[in-house]
Amino acid sequence: MKRDDFSWMIGGVQGSGVDTSAQFFAKAAAAGGLQVFGKREYYSNIKGEHSYFQVRVSRGTIRSHVDTVDMLATFEEETIFRHALEVRKEGAIIYDPDQDPKRLDQIPTIEANVRAALNAEFSRAGLSADVKGMLELARRRGVHIYPVPYNDILKEVGAKHGESSLSTLQRMLNTMAVAASFALLSYDENVVKDAVRKQFKSKPKVAEMNADAVGAAYDYMEEKYNGSFGTKLSPSVVDETRLFVRGNTVVAMAKELAGCRFQTYYPITPASDESEFLEAHSEIDLDGHSAQENPQTAEVAAMKAKGSIAVVQSEDEIAAVTMAIGGGLAGVRSSTSTSGPGFSLMAEGLGYAGMNEVPVVVTLYSRGGPSTGLPTRHEQGDLRFALHAGHGEFPRFVLASGDLDEAFYDTVRAFNYSEVYQTPVIHIVDKALANSDATMPMFDVNKVKIDRGVFLKEITDAVNGEFKRFKHTSNGVSPRAPLGTKGGVNWYTGDEHDELGHISEDPVNRDFMMDKRMGKVDLADKEIPIAERVNFFGPENADITVLSWGSTKGAILDAMEWLKQEGVSVNFLQIRLINPFPTEYATKILSKAKKVVGIEMNFSAQLVGVTREKTCVPIEQLVVKYNGRPMSAEEIYDSLKMIHEGKAPTKLVLKHGA
Amino acid sequence: MALKLSDLKTSAHNDWCPGCGDFGILNAVQMALAEMSADPSNTVVVSGVGCSSKVPHFIKTYGVHTLHGRAVPFATGIKLANPNLNVVVEGGDGDGMGIGAGHFVNSGRRNIDMLYIIHDNEVYGLTKGQASPTLGLGKKTKSLTSPNINQSINPIMLAVASGYTWVARGYSYDVRHLKDLIVKGINHKGYAFLDVLQPCPTYNDIQTKEYWAGEGNLDAAGKPKPRTYKLEETGYDGVVRSDDEVEMEKKVQQAVLKSFEFGDRTPIGVFYQNEFIPTYEERLAGRSPSYKTNPPAVQDIARPDGTPLANIDKIFEDLRVF
Repeated sequence: MKRDDFSWMIGGVQGSGVDTSAQFFAKAAAAGGLQVFGKREYYSNIKGEHSYFQVRVSRGTIRSHVDTVDMLATFEEETIFRHALEVRKEGAIIYDPDQDPKRLDQIPTIEANVRAALNAEFSRAGLSADVKGMLELARRRGVHIYPVPYNDILKEVGAKHGESSLSTLQRMLNTMAVAASFALLSYDENVVKDAVRKQFKSKPKVAEMNADAVGAAYDYMEEKYNGSFGTKLSPSVVDETRLFVRGNTVVAMAKELAGCRFQTYYPITPASDESEFLEAHSEIDLDGHSAQENPQTAEVAAMKAKGSIAVVQSEDEIAAVTMAIGGGLAGVRSSTSTSGPGFSLMAEGLGYAGMNEVPVVVTLYSRGGPSTGLPTRHEQGDLRFALHAGHGEFPRFVLASGDLDEAFYDTVRAFNYSEVYQTPVIHIVDKALANSDATMPMFDVNKVKIDRGVFLKEITDAVNGEFKRFKHTSNGVSPRAPLGTKGGVNWYTGDEHDELGHISEDPVNRDFMMDKRMGKVDLADKEIPIAERVNFFGPENADITVLSWGSTKGAILDAMEWLKQEGVSVNFLQIRLINPFPTEYATKILSKAKKVVGIEMNFSAQLVGVTREKTCVPIEQLVVKYNGRPMSAEEIYDSLKMIHEGKAPTKLVLKHGA
Repeated sequence: MALKLSDLKTSAHNDWCPGCGDFGILNAVQMALAEMSADPSNTVVVSGVGCSSKVPHFIKTYGVHTLHGRAVPFATGIKLANPNLNVVVEGGDGDGMGIGAGHFVNSGRRNIDMLYIIHDNEVYGLTKGQASPTLGLGKKTKSLTSPNINQSINPIMLAVASGYTWVARGYSYDVRHLKDLIVKGINHKGYAFLDVLQPCPTYNDIQTKEYWAGEGNLDAAGKPKPRTYKLEETGYDGVVRSDDEVEMEKKVQQAVLKSFEFGDRTPIGVFYQNEFIPTYEERLAGRSPSYKTNPPAVQDIARPDGTPLANIDKIFEDLRVF
């Protein structure tokens, strides 16, 4: 397995700037034309617990995280205890020598089992249970240790800027750790300085002091460790525009583009960031792609040049989903974003939307369940629930994105499906995607098309003022007129209803309405192009066929490349639209596959179950993980290799993660 | 164009029990809408689940009969998506103050410009007469196996405490007075709450039509004394007339105190009115000025060829690293 990349990790106490450091590292790398993928791991906690961020950079395409750490940057002791042994041979650890005497038993946030395992290592090696001992353990494994006296360097920088307050200077610890890392890698100092200036562009004085801190760290590292670290990182010239984005943000901006103008939410991890982004960007420019074709007064044109999205923080998720459905009834593209516990509360509302054929989009950021589960950790455990959420039978479309690029275009599709087929759409974006940061080529807005389905601006066929909202049509989709449309009125009810929307318990009407609603799944199955519903990667015939969904995509693709180099051919069927399920296509691929391997971030391999049910193809080999940490490319590589060599149990459970 | 009462009637079969207080409320709503010449296609009646929540089917405006307890959040979504609509919410006391209590309270914090009418009959009718949140402790209506062991909610006090800016009570058999209250409630700029006392002839054998008419409540001359009286006839003034906080506080306190009167002398009319609190729509416009000039429901989102109208280049620029 040959990697053409570099994996850097930073850890620290939650709330102490770990995120900021990682963002800084990633942006400085990105500014040098490198591709970046960042994974954030944190506890359900505000301050005090350990969090870490792993950033993988490469000149080539990068789609996943790896378990290997090439360089670990630290500014406190817990990160050293937790991650020092993850650093590879010939890798590097940067630390503050002031930490040397800190003892393992002085860190209350380290779990008892982790502590016990480390103590066992210390006594085996005959080392003291402190930072010094920990680093000696790493050194004996071939890791290079780089002490950097941050405070001494910071004091010099402070003196130059007339800043003597240690607490103020310590705000630059993050900058120091990042700069020291780049210096070891002989990365272009000016790119790093520019990145830090950009980060603090609203505070020029702070920006200059930080740029000087970068310079001081470079000077120190060059003088002390010049050329001692084997790996170099150099900027690359690329000819494309790139963004650095996070999953939540990608979905939020796609919602604005898609025309979503009403968003509701109740605070929940890891979904709220999306709504907060929308709130912060609730005034929307409408001038871009519309050369307002109709002549209108300057006043009207000016009014139409800006739009707004109403973002409402609700009292609970029941209100969030029912408000959004209200928005849908009023003819506005509406959505709500949540995670497992909130989605559980939305079940009854979804049934109402199904019954009344109301377009609404629920963005479901799946995290570790059940109950409160692992609130800040990753899992794909809600697929079966999403497919069946709510009592009774109604069409729930379920769309799951595999990476940030898909999340962007799928967000638009979710609204299109929802309006064209007049039914709720659940868009699953898992935690690993929500909290992944990555460089991406600029999205192509020209690829985005809005399809609102049969949407009336005026009612012309009302009888006695009454409009048949649920009119019998040949394909089951009736013309939809928002509340407030002139020319007639109609009714909606959660009860079974007639064409006008009045309550009806008539058995003939019931059959008709059930057929009408449920028939939309078959209609969509016929109409939605297969390219929007699945991805198929790799050769047509392969030793192994992987079946998976969601954010495992990147790691699978990376593992496939490594395996190809070793002569193991793998192809990969990624299901994106899980209901309506692409039965015909999946059956065709899977029934001729030599060996199908289902890879999922849940206990019971839920997509495998759905696929078996739909295609009747037996799928025996599973690779699953449910410890809350996303699968790495190495884990998938190792698993597929084991499977290929016939050494794997039929249910292989992956365990890596910190 | 003047609207006739008959223009607001539908052909849907009404299956309420004979003598149900819901009829009076339905009539009053239709009379109010006719008097205001409300455009039916610009009016939406939103309800929850229960006997009273069937009401939208009998009114020829847009009608949205929603889920049990959820009329208010559905209505919130409708009104905020299209602030030009005239939205009236109706539902029972169990719907609004039992299963929907969280929404009852939290919607008060928003002050959305709509009217919420609660049909208050102290029982769950459609499920055959269980105690509702407004039935008093120790009372035993006829289908209860034993007296109620829950205390009752005071809807007026709860509404005032939650931030509703117009709070009133009506009586379903005083249809004209009720109609006037509904007109006022709709015209109020902000979130209006109207609690309507309503007999349930089938399950509530205590708060009957006769009870409210004064049965067993005799005056000195031995004549039945009605148990309701009109606030406006006693010189009570619940209207806040300036944005002076001291005055607002006084009017709130006065309404809360008044809300304790219940039983033999039960006030109906306007307890509290305050138009100096910004509406939620105004607050949204404070965050995004276009919400007022180009609200969600009137905004175009795409050109005829499906090209999005939104331009997110500024967001892209903020996120650009290369």
